[in-house]
This record gives sequence, C-alpha cells and structure tokens, in this order.
Amino acid sequence: MANDSPPDHPTEHFRFPVDATSVMLFARSLGDDQPASIDIDHPDAADGLVPPPTFFQSSAHYEPDYPLDTLRTGWKQKITPRHPGPGKTLHGEQRFVYHHPVRSGDVLDVTIRIGDQWRKESSRGGALDFVEQITEFRNQDGVLCVTAVNTGVIPENKPGSDS
Amino acid sequence: MTDVQLAVGESRTEVVIDEVTPTHLVRYAGASGDFNPLHHNDDYAREHGYPGLFGHGMFSMGLTAKVITGWFGPESLRQFGVRFTRQVWPGDQLTTTAVVTEVTGATANLDLETVNQKGEVVVAGDAVVSLQTDKPAPR
Repeated sequence: MANDSPPDHPTEHFRFPVDATSVMLFARSLGDDQPASIDIDHPDAADGLVPPPTFFQSSAHYEPDYPLDTLRTGWKQKITPRHPGPGKTLHGEQRFVYHHPVRSGDVLDVTIRIGDQWRKESSRGGALDFVEQITEFRNQDGVLCVTAVNTGVIPENKPGSDS
Repeated sequence: MTDVQLAVGESRTEVVIDEVTPTHLVRYAGASGDFNPLHHNDDYAREHGYPGLFGHGMFSMGLTAKVITGWFGPESLRQFGVRFTRQVWPGDQLTTTAVVTEVTGATANLDLETVNQKGEVVVAGDAVVSLQTDKPAPR
C-alpha cells in the first residue's frame, strides 16, 4: 500500500460523529438484531451502542461532496481515481481492520487517501483498472480504530455500479 | 469475558435475508449514504445496461457480517474482507456460511461465502475474530 495519495489527489479529512440513532438505523437496515447495536437500554450497550462491522461506510454522510449523494444541497461533482464519474466503477473488494472498539458517542476523525493502483487484463477481454481507497478512523483520543480499504474496478467500456 | 471453544472445520450457515426488496435497498441507501440510483431506480439501471436495479455490494457485506457477530459477538471482528462476485437482485434470498479454517490462541480465521437461492456466490471473503469478546468490552 502506498503511504500517500498521489499529489493531484490529496488526502481528505473530516469528522464523523457516531450517534446512537445512526447506529440503530444502520443495524436495522441490515436486519441486524444484536441488542448491543439497537437497544440503548441493553446491558451490552452500557457504554454506547456497538456499530455493526460495516457501519463505517456511513461516514459518507459526512464526507464533503460524497460522489454518491448528488442531491445534497450544494453538492459538486468530485472526480477521484476511485470515483472517475457516474457509472464508471464497480466495487470489487472491501476490507476492514478493527484496531480499537468504537461506540456511539465517539467522534471519529476520518482520513481518506488513494492507495495502490494497478491494471490487469480481463479474462473476458479488455483491461481492468484497480484503485484502492484507504480510509482511517481515529477516535477523539487520536487512537486508530478502523482501517477500511475499498478496491474499485474500472472496466474498459463497461457500465458499473460506482458503489 | 468467555472463551469460545472452537475447532477447525466448524461452520454456521444462516439465511441472512429471506427476500431482497427495493424497500430494503432504499432503507440501506438512507442508512449508509450511498444514494447511487442503480440501487433504487429501475429505469436508471436499465439505461446503464443492467436488467434492473440491484443491491449495493456493501448491503451484501453487511448481511454477511451478521453471521459472524451472531456467532462470536458484536465486537469480535479483527479483520473482515470480501470480494463482490455477483450482483444481488430483488427477489433473491441470501445464505451465508462461515467456516473456521484456523484457530490460533485467542483468534480464529474464517472463510465466508454468501450465496443466492441458485447457489451462486455473491460475496466471498474471510475474517479474523477474537474468541474472547462475546460481549462488548467495558470501557
């Protein structure tokens, strides 16, 4: 993995408050009935609700000009290697590494940078471009909690989901 | 904390969603912030070369995670990675299988596979879980 984004795609940086209602709504959207994630009165949630493992994707709500939230007031098209334009990329792979617990009430500091990029010939013909986007979530004490690596695939002349 | 006793080869299989509907995808879009019209607008999806709207990959990954957290606890995951191998369509039923491939001290490695009602793999992946965190740790 590269340590820095390419110079023309600087690291993005924003804050992401983890509130209990967002955690509950996210869990319910998956039919996730873990009491620790939906019930603020459950003993397992005594220190805050526990976000489901993929909850961190919802930091998109706080990402400035998030490419897949076009109706947001004042939204502007943002072109990045991972999001070269609507309908151009597929979400090929996703990985999370969990370093430290997160609970509702935490305010996470989020940084997004572009990682490795490579090209591969597709078995169906044509080239596939791969782009890694690396997102790190640190809590209010500066502790790294979660690292997310999203690998986008950009096929030549193929429609894509960009999600 | 309670240690989970576990052997290589142990597995769990669960239906993680009975039937995907557009309403599920709209709800997930609102929760996740991913409002790509391919996942809620049938006309838009057809205009972009698809048979119709289809599920977010991250929706399938989130469903897959339920088997892990249901087995080992809501805060048990140390690593979780997947490849999105096939699209998920309204009407699909998804079933996830997690298999223990290695047990090392206080952690276990899992192989993960989520299939549709035809047995086609939609998500394939792996995870590392802690065996000592069936309950969220106090802070």
